[in-house]
Amino acid sequence: MKFVPIAALLAVALASPAALAQKKYDPGANDKVIKIGNTNPYSGPASAYGQIGKSIGAYWKMVNDKGGINGRKIEWISYDDGYSPPKTVEMARKLVEQDQVLFVFQPLGTPPNSAIHRYMNAKKVPHLFVATGATKWNDPKNFPWTMGWQPNYQTEGRIYAEHILKNNPKAKVGVLYQNDDYGKDYLKGFRDGLGDRAASMIVKEVSYETSDPTVDSQIVQLQASGADTFFNITTPKFAAQAIRKAYDTGWKPMHYLNNVSTSIGSVLKPAGLEKAEGLISTQYLKEQTDEQWKDDPAIKEWEAFMKKYYPDGDLLSSFPLYGYTVAQTLHQVLKQAGDNLTRANIMKQAASLKDFRPDTMLPGIRINTSATDFAPIESEQLVRFDGQQWRRFGPIIGK
Amino acid sequence: MSRRQLILIALLLLAACALPFFVSNYRTFQFTLALVYSIALLGLNLLTGYNGQISLGHGAFYAIGAYCAAILMDQYGVPYWATLPVAAVVCLVAGFLFGLPALRLEGLYLALATFALGVSLPALLKYHHLEKWTGGVQGIVINKPEAPFGLPLNADQWLYFFTLAVAVLMFVLAWNMLRGRVGRAMVAIRDHHIAAEAMGVNTAMVKSLTFGVSAMYTGIAGALGAIAIQYVAPDSFNFFLSIMFLVGIVVGGLASISGAIYGALFIQFVPNIADEISKAAPWAIFGVFMIGFVYLMPMGVAGAVRVAMARLSRMTQNRQRSI
Repeated sequence: MKFVPIAALLAVALASPAALAQKKYDPGANDKVIKIGNTNPYSGPASAYGQIGKSIGAYWKMVNDKGGINGRKIEWISYDDGYSPPKTVEMARKLVEQDQVLFVFQPLGTPPNSAIHRYMNAKKVPHLFVATGATKWNDPKNFPWTMGWQPNYQTEGRIYAEHILKNNPKAKVGVLYQNDDYGKDYLKGFRDGLGDRAASMIVKEVSYETSDPTVDSQIVQLQASGADTFFNITTPKFAAQAIRKAYDTGWKPMHYLNNVSTSIGSVLKPAGLEKAEGLISTQYLKEQTDEQWKDDPAIKEWEAFMKKYYPDGDLLSSFPLYGYTVAQTLHQVLKQAGDNLTRANIMKQAASLKDFRPDTMLPGIRINTSATDFAPIESEQLVRFDGQQWRRFGPIIGK
Repeated sequence: MSRRQLILIALLLLAACALPFFVSNYRTFQFTLALVYSIALLGLNLLTGYNGQISLGHGAFYAIGAYCAAILMDQYGVPYWATLPVAAVVCLVAGFLFGLPALRLEGLYLALATFALGVSLPALLKYHHLEKWTGGVQGIVINKPEAPFGLPLNADQWLYFFTLAVAVLMFVLAWNMLRGRVGRAMVAIRDHHIAAEAMGVNTAMVKSLTFGVSAMYTGIAGALGAIAIQYVAPDSFNFFLSIMFLVGIVVGGLASISGAIYGALFIQFVPNIADEISKAAPWAIFGVFMIGFVYLMPMGVAGAVRVAMARLSRMTQNRQRSI
């Protein structure tokens, strides 16, 4: 039965080659609608990330209000998976087999995406711009239907390692990391960056669990190890605690903070701005709570968008800005796809972004993809906190 | 078992066999998961419903079963069907060993001890000395089995029938055990511990064994679940899973074999229905459903069905008499 529409389509296509050149559709797309599927944790312990899914949904509402993309409205179907991989499998199958979406966009989390990685590729349904920084999403040879988006954690870890090697080759480094895939990926990149000197330069590694109340004891351990450089791989709440504790104990190391926690509003202010002075990190997005972007037209536009389409969103959080930016990227892919809305063409367009720059990204950062490069954002900017705002320094690192 | 019950069960089985040919692959997959949960719930029901020991940590045994299957398939190339007996034995031993010290604990204290098991297992799975086998937080991806012997079934349908066969076997075994001496001893311990002992029941042994068998059922379910999902990771077995099992047996019906099936359908489908009713607060809707079920069917769905059947047969008898 399923083959009848395809056969009919083929018959029509063969009869009129002109029509073939004009409009092509796979399930989930037609003259009026493009159906996009997604999973996000709207409930459970990781539900803070749900803001990403909600802000993307709000973005499509805005796009639809402005007339859609190439005359088609976006239908956004986003299910709650509670960050539980079995639930993600069930929901992804629902999206593909029952809702018949054209593709799945931005499912969140490394374990949930790992669970559907093979399924999406077996079904040949694009698994696009997944919301995780793991390295494995850039594997076009074995997984031609999956693509990441954000810079991966290992690359960023390597950037800090290079900076340390260049500026203080005798550094004694203490590392604090979250005990999961995210923390370990950063650590791996960092160790790889230090190369064979990793063993001698890293004097202490301590980890924490997301269920820990504080990381105070870990900071004390690091200080006691005699480290003079601190690589801080923590999520916002723990980052604020670590910055404050490292300052209050009088340790004051050379402090590298991962990009995940560079929000001034939700990390540095709670920690105390004076305690955060001198932090080094990397960024690729504009930080909306940073004074220097206060009058930036892109940030102003984003704020207007938030007020109108996502009024309960948190203006201090980095998640809605992330969602808005990744949605802009997909917007570009769909624009490029034009009237050829097949799954193969969506993948092809996603893999042919050239110097694309969403306006909420930092100047100089560009998105480039190709048939052999499924890592959209591969460059980052080193930044140093001067007590008020993040100051960019040095060149853009990466491709 | 009466003749009528037998006919009813045969009809149900027939319906279950026909099901995958009438619904989509996605639905078949969902029913496979429901069957998997029904085995796990049956295991928990043996422990809590029949033997009166409360467990808030059965998600841990489910996880152990799942990891047994995943590690055997991934590292040692064991075929999927052969992983089930291994998962069963491992969980039987694990459950028995956990049951021994837990003997000293009653009621809420046992609940807390099992709770500890449930919350600590995901962290243990992340432990980096075990990472070689467990894959750490990244988990293990496994292959989906295809239908053997050239059967004209797709992978989803085959897995459904495979799970159905295992489920039927496990239900028959449980039924057989519960109607015999051991089953009576289990219920006697639940109802009056001292009286059971006075009658010569070896309470310590029966309780530990019940724990072991219960864990074994849940472990087999875990292995089947891992094969169906094709992926295991610590995040899949959070503490919430254990609570859902408890919800399942209470809603389905405590101390009832068929209750496991009703409960499994409830925990598989009601969260999805709730999510469709309200995106903003799916768990609030789920709560309403739960309260509704518990209030309207205090003995679980199985109890309500039993009452309805009894009334129906009484009505037909009365009618016959009046004629």
